[in-house]
Amino acid sequence: MDKIKIRKGLDIRLAGAPSKQLERFEPTSCAIKPTDFIGVLPKLHVEEGDDVKAGSVLFHDKNNEQIVFTSPVSGKVKSIVRGEKRAILEVIVENDGKNESIDFGASDTFQETSLQQIRNEIIDKMLRSGVWPMLRQRPFATIANPNDRPKHIFVSMFDTAPLAPDNDYIIENQYDALNTGINVLSKLTDGNVFINVSSNSTTCTDAMKSIDGHVNNVIVTEFSGPHPAGDVGTQINAISPINKGETLWYCSPQDVITIGKLFLTGKYDSTRIIAMTGSGVKKPHYYQTRIGADLTPILNIDENTRVISGNVLTGTNITGDKYLCFHDTQVTVIPEGNEYRLFGWLAPNFKRYTSTNTMFSSLFKKKTYDFDTNTNGDTRPYIMTGQFERVFPFDIYPMQLIKACLAKDIDEMEELGIYEVDAEDFALCEVIDPSKTPIQQIIREGLEFIRKETK
Amino acid sequence: MGLRKYIDKIKPNFENGGKFAKFHSTFEAFETFLYTPNRVTVKGAHIRDAVDMKRNMIYVLIALIPCFLFGTWNIGYQHFLSFGESVTFWQIIGYGLLKIIPLYLVSYVVGLVIEFTFAEIRHEEVNEGYFVTGFLIPLIMPVDVPLWMLALAVAFAVIIGKEVFGGSGMNVVNPALLARAFLFFSYPSKMTGDNVWIAEKADAYSGATPLGTIFNGGTVNDLPSVTEMIIGTIPGSVGETSKIAILIGGIFLIITGIASLRIIISTFIGAIAMSLLISDIPFYFHLIMGGFMFGTFFMATDPVTAAQTNIGKWIYGFLIGAVAILIRVANPGYPEGMMLAILLLNVFAPLIDWCVVAINKRKRKKRWATAERSAK
Repeated sequence: MDKIKIRKGLDIRLAGAPSKQLERFEPTSCAIKPTDFIGVLPKLHVEEGDDVKAGSVLFHDKNNEQIVFTSPVSGKVKSIVRGEKRAILEVIVENDGKNESIDFGASDTFQETSLQQIRNEIIDKMLRSGVWPMLRQRPFATIANPNDRPKHIFVSMFDTAPLAPDNDYIIENQYDALNTGINVLSKLTDGNVFINVSSNSTTCTDAMKSIDGHVNNVIVTEFSGPHPAGDVGTQINAISPINKGETLWYCSPQDVITIGKLFLTGKYDSTRIIAMTGSGVKKPHYYQTRIGADLTPILNIDENTRVISGNVLTGTNITGDKYLCFHDTQVTVIPEGNEYRLFGWLAPNFKRYTSTNTMFSSLFKKKTYDFDTNTNGDTRPYIMTGQFERVFPFDIYPMQLIKACLAKDIDEMEELGIYEVDAEDFALCEVIDPSKTPIQQIIREGLEFIRKETK
Repeated sequence: MGLRKYIDKIKPNFENGGKFAKFHSTFEAFETFLYTPNRVTVKGAHIRDAVDMKRNMIYVLIALIPCFLFGTWNIGYQHFLSFGESVTFWQIIGYGLLKIIPLYLVSYVVGLVIEFTFAEIRHEEVNEGYFVTGFLIPLIMPVDVPLWMLALAVAFAVIIGKEVFGGSGMNVVNPALLARAFLFFSYPSKMTGDNVWIAEKADAYSGATPLGTIFNGGTVNDLPSVTEMIIGTIPGSVGETSKIAILIGGIFLIITGIASLRIIISTFIGAIAMSLLISDIPFYFHLIMGGFMFGTFFMATDPVTAAQTNIGKWIYGFLIGAVAILIRVANPGYPEGMMLAILLLNVFAPLIDWCVVAINKRKRKKRWATAERSAK
């Protein structure tokens, strides 16, 4: 087993880590949000009031009709929320609690003779049941195209983001489904399935070591170091950086478990274990709930707080209805920072977090920091240099790439390595940027520009 | 709080359609000076580091305070020394302030009026950059520079050196140094020679700087003692004489991470290497003479005009040090080379970066080619 040490990065320690306590929470409704997926144009299959089962198609993607999105629970379609220009924002299903599921047929052994037939069978079942959107691709972070043959598939077994859920704890007792899922994924690529484990985790690392070598093309690699060591983007770059024209697929451990269960039981099981975290949560701990769950009943929060589906670096601010986003396994609640501070830029500052040595808080380091959402300053041109390089563990010049994206210069972006990164890989740069620029948005727009130009 | 309420009350006047909408940028500059804005993150990461550009800039200012204080004292000290008068500390400081305050008034009034005007025209926020530039300019001038010349130099540096490129962060050369270079070439008699470094000095007293002495054929024995040159009780530009004051500020900038240690170290290496190679006097004299130290810590490290890549910074600093000493030793025209070395490398910094990035790009292309070949 290879060991890789990530040297650059930053662990930001927020207050509100989850305690290891699991509570079951069956949501009254769930929503699938087309906006959770990059580049999906939804075409509805249901109307308000229709009866659905777990696994019933709610809508498909007009760009690729094979890719369907299915209901995570059984019940009735409660409403279809539309936004500007009637774009579909949410398809909400009322949960009847019966958890009836369409049977897609259990089979984790494959009878067909040729690998191609096995592959077709797997892809067909994953597409029909609606678990396919769990597979995403690099570059562009769009849903994997079932007609592609990815170079490799990556699964990061651990998460290093602030307050991230502990996958050791989540996966506990689910190794059967996980191994089945990994076995399924291994049939989808001619290359390898890279399972990346943390040097800190024990149960998961041990369990994965035991499958290393049992399935032909599965390779387990151990990572250590600060965030973003647990990000799949960092791991891809350390193992097999993407070249122009190549496609890699990736997927999260809980998604692999869902895929595994589909093949073990034939049913789409939308169970998700999520960590409720952050200083805005009264008692941070884990919940067993469902994909797209309506979190309102368990969000006992104060006024003027922000609910983030995901972590504070890359998550989505869920305003209005509090539905969990499709890919997320974490919810973070932190106070909004919409307050003025007298001479805030000059204050010695013992409390607010900085990664630099410019304040007293960097002299007297605290165990955890209370964050709010204040930008702590105004947007400025890029003046300081060498800052991003401290937290960016790629062989890429971050500032130059950001500027190439701003300039929409495709040749320059390609040469600087745009295919090797995604917006989320720049999250730490965005946090420490003294110029307060929206770096993830800049990179996303650069990537989308290329995706649309080269389609 | 009362002040906050008052600001919120008058704010609408400065917004679109308000009575004073023309002064929006000015109002905003003062408002954000008083209060960190209540802006929250919208897209991307939800949290932000507490550091911002205002703090980075103000720290450079703080780092310059020792140089400013010593410079003020030294103006008075050198003046009375030339007459051989012995006076009290406060008389020295009083004389120094009398000389330096007008320089600062001119520097800030001219510079900030131009900055605010351009910000209003562009409907942009006022940048903090000039607070640093405006503080640096008097420190790198001979104390007797006529005020109208200073005003002209500041206007030239801010408009031609910065605003035409788009303002702070977009300039190619360091605006403070550009102001000095402008005067250096336009009015050389006021910027060089032995008579400009001491305020209203006695005619009989030699006001030569150590560099001037060496330039005119002097030897190490004609120089002030090393201790004097390190403490800074010698004639020279206002802020450059005390190496101790420079080091205090410089170390502060290194610890806070605002100045690049790479540039500072490599500049010293370049200077030492070049003086060992071509200079007749011991290398350490070059480090404590003239503007070398001040330029290294406060000018070469300007992040906008320096090389931006980490490898580039090593090359950029090394070349500044080497070129500065080369000009000092080999050039027959003028004694000091630091200003010109930094300006020259400011211009070449983008090229250095381009080469460094090109290596990264070539590595990537090679990998693509290998991958393509193995796929076939």
